[in-house]
Amino acid sequence: MPREAETVKWNIEKRLSGDFVFKGFTVLFAFSIVAILLLMVVEMTRESIPSMGKFGWGFISGRDWDAVQGSFGALPYIWGSVVSSILALLLATPLSVGAALFITEVAPKKLGGAVASLIELLAAIPSVIYGLWGVLVMAPWLQKTVEPFLSERLGFIPFFQGAPYGVSMLAAIFILMIMVIPIITSISKEVLLTVPLSQKEAAIAMGATRWEMIRIAVLPYGKSGILGAVILGLGRAVGETMAVTMVIGNTPQISLSLLAPAYTMPSVIANEFAETTSKLHASALMEIGLILLVVTLIINVLARLLLWSVTRGEKGGIRL
Amino acid sequence: MTGLAWRKAKNGIMTLMMAGFTLALLIPLVLIFVHIVRMGFSSISFDFFTQIPKPTGEAGGGMANGIFGSAILIALAGALGIPVGVFGAIYLSEYGGNRIANFIRFAADVLSGIPSIITGMVAYTLLVVPFKGFSALAGACALSLIMIPIVLRTTEEQLKLVPTSLREAALALGVPLWRTTLKVTLRSAMKGVMTGILLAVARIAGETAPLLFTALGNQFWSRKLTEPMAAMPLQIFNFAISPYEDWHRLAWAGALVLVTLMFALSLTARYFGREKRYNP
Amino acid sequence: MDTKVKLDKLNVYFGQNHAVKAVTMDFRANSVTAIIGPSGCGKSTVLRSINRMHDLTPGARVTGSVVFDEMDIYDRGIDPVLIRRKIGMVFQKPNPFPAMSIYDNVIAGYRLNGRIARSEADEIVESSLQRVALWDEVKDRLRANSMELSGGQQQRLCIARTIAVKPEVILMDEPASALDPISTLKIEELIEELKEKYTIIIVTHNMQQAARVSDVTAFFYMGDLIECGETKKIFTTPDRKQTEDYITGRFG
Repeated sequence: MPREAETVKWNIEKRLSGDFVFKGFTVLFAFSIVAILLLMVVEMTRESIPSMGKFGWGFISGRDWDAVQGSFGALPYIWGSVVSSILALLLATPLSVGAALFITEVAPKKLGGAVASLIELLAAIPSVIYGLWGVLVMAPWLQKTVEPFLSERLGFIPFFQGAPYGVSMLAAIFILMIMVIPIITSISKEVLLTVPLSQKEAAIAMGATRWEMIRIAVLPYGKSGILGAVILGLGRAVGETMAVTMVIGNTPQISLSLLAPAYTMPSVIANEFAETTSKLHASALMEIGLILLVVTLIINVLARLLLWSVTRGEKGGIRL
Repeated sequence: MTGLAWRKAKNGIMTLMMAGFTLALLIPLVLIFVHIVRMGFSSISFDFFTQIPKPTGEAGGGMANGIFGSAILIALAGALGIPVGVFGAIYLSEYGGNRIANFIRFAADVLSGIPSIITGMVAYTLLVVPFKGFSALAGACALSLIMIPIVLRTTEEQLKLVPTSLREAALALGVPLWRTTLKVTLRSAMKGVMTGILLAVARIAGETAPLLFTALGNQFWSRKLTEPMAAMPLQIFNFAISPYEDWHRLAWAGALVLVTLMFALSLTARYFGREKRYNP
Repeated sequence: MDTKVKLDKLNVYFGQNHAVKAVTMDFRANSVTAIIGPSGCGKSTVLRSINRMHDLTPGARVTGSVVFDEMDIYDRGIDPVLIRRKIGMVFQKPNPFPAMSIYDNVIAGYRLNGRIARSEADEIVESSLQRVALWDEVKDRLRANSMELSGGQQQRLCIARTIAVKPEVILMDEPASALDPISTLKIEELIEELKEKYTIIIVTHNMQQAARVSDVTAFFYMGDLIECGETKKIFTTPDRKQTEDYITGRFG
């Protein structure tokens, strides 16, 4: 039975444009993300070249940062970033993991849920507000109470020597610790929740106490995931700008004392970038930014690899 | 002590430690929050919402231009970032082959881990220098770069939750794939997608670093998008590091408003996220 | 009797998996043809090639031809979307659009593709629901959400939605297997009525259902069409031993 002329509009071309255009749009937007990423890396590198050319590897070991003289060495900032981040992580990790364990293994469901929600809400507080509290409340408190105490009682240790300014490496460490705790706790909690019940039950069936079960069954299983969480936290700490800038004192010096003011990579960028005095100055700041970018990229990739093996889903399946 | 008693004691100690750590960690967080509420409350006034900052030394003034500026910047950033995130997610969920999809997802994850100050630096290089001026547009672009990975991730998750049977039902009726994707799949996922968008908005509402060298901030009202523009986080920053008590007070008030706004957004997002969508 | 759809050396591959092997058969117009066979024999795969649903499966490849009214639907210039308006499909698990009302579901085939006048829509909704014997049950709550209906009602709603776009062939993939026995009976009665106007191809794992409902039965095994003929014959005196073994329950 032959079809009538009007119904033989099977022609595909007219309608195909709709599907084609739509798919085209989605492809465009999806790949633009890759393009943006590449663009960022390329731009940062390009702008850093003048500085890289002039100072070479000396940039990383140089201690002088003199805009007037045109000599730029980034060591004080690298030192500041490394020390503040690592010490903050050292302090934050036991607290975070302990809290994550508390939420998942110890607390009754409702309490654990409430604590977790509280931590998540507090994670949403912006950096600048932590900084506000830091500079107007915490730093003065450190200056009046903690730092004098430390320098009096423990002043024989080089770490606690010097006049109390309030704004200091110590302040930065504290504020970073406080800011990084929610992330590590959240992700550790997610990791701990993936521990199979069978593992835990096996330990309990052998007569283990709760802590022993945690030690034998939970922690070994969640080891790499928790490590991933900590590394992710490290990445956040290194990139943290506003809060740190407001409490660290912004003095480019390398000192063993925690009481001394210091300077981090993001902070010097934040303070100087809008008012650079020369192209070289701008390029030097860009190079610091490039170092920061590379460091955080490496840290993040490492963290995600660790976490991916835990969630076994899409890469970096745990949402931040 | 017998072996068992010792183990039990150890268990008790560790449990206490875990509870203690949790408490220790919550204390500063809660203290900060309480401080913001206390200091902010005493500094809030009608003027805060209606006036721009007064010159240094003068009492009074407000953050009206910052509130307005933030709203504009967020709206613009959303206009730029939301379509990219949503359509990119549609690609990943509906069209992407496995390897390409993983690659793009990876790129988005990497993008989300980049410190926001670097985003600001790049935006400066690309959008401030060539146009010889700081602008709200540059600031909005920088903010949108932060939004995109968040919107992408959450939208893709939500689209994947839509059951295949729904897509098949539409396709079997002779609805082309693009219409099916928009009117059936995306519409189904809309609640969850909105949640993700709200969370992304809450995130950029508090961002300061990317605006430092793009929107720059403004003491007065901005008239054009190609001019520097005030934003609440920028003002809070500048007031906080200043030596003036009045400005400190404004900073606390601003912090209270900002935090309230962000909590409201987050809670709304979570509320919508919790509702059951499908009766399987 | 006229042939409405003809399969000619139809092969379907999923990657390396050769799921349907060189199938050639006719589907008679205005009749019910049942496709039976054990799990994994390729029945659903064959069904879905008739409305080109495999176009949307990555890795799927179809060779051979499916001829619908003297036109190979796999020809290059043919738009699968238009094919699906002429060849509709009802799925195993009822899948009304959950966010839509009963009314909106029935008319979805039009609304999703553009606009339709209210009066025209009213007419189509009523006649479609009448034809699936659902009208009396829902006429007072057309705006109610479709998920409020029972399973059997939802399936009839899906059938109404399918026939609303005025297809000529209706493909049914185990339409009653998710339903209770009473609803199943109602669906079978419906199929009996529908064949007057439509050509129906139904995949079922329930042999008794095939015997009750169909005029022609095709038996598939491991991707091959083993035997195809009048239902009465297949179920009483099949030609092939394999068919007989399946019918009598020796395997499957």
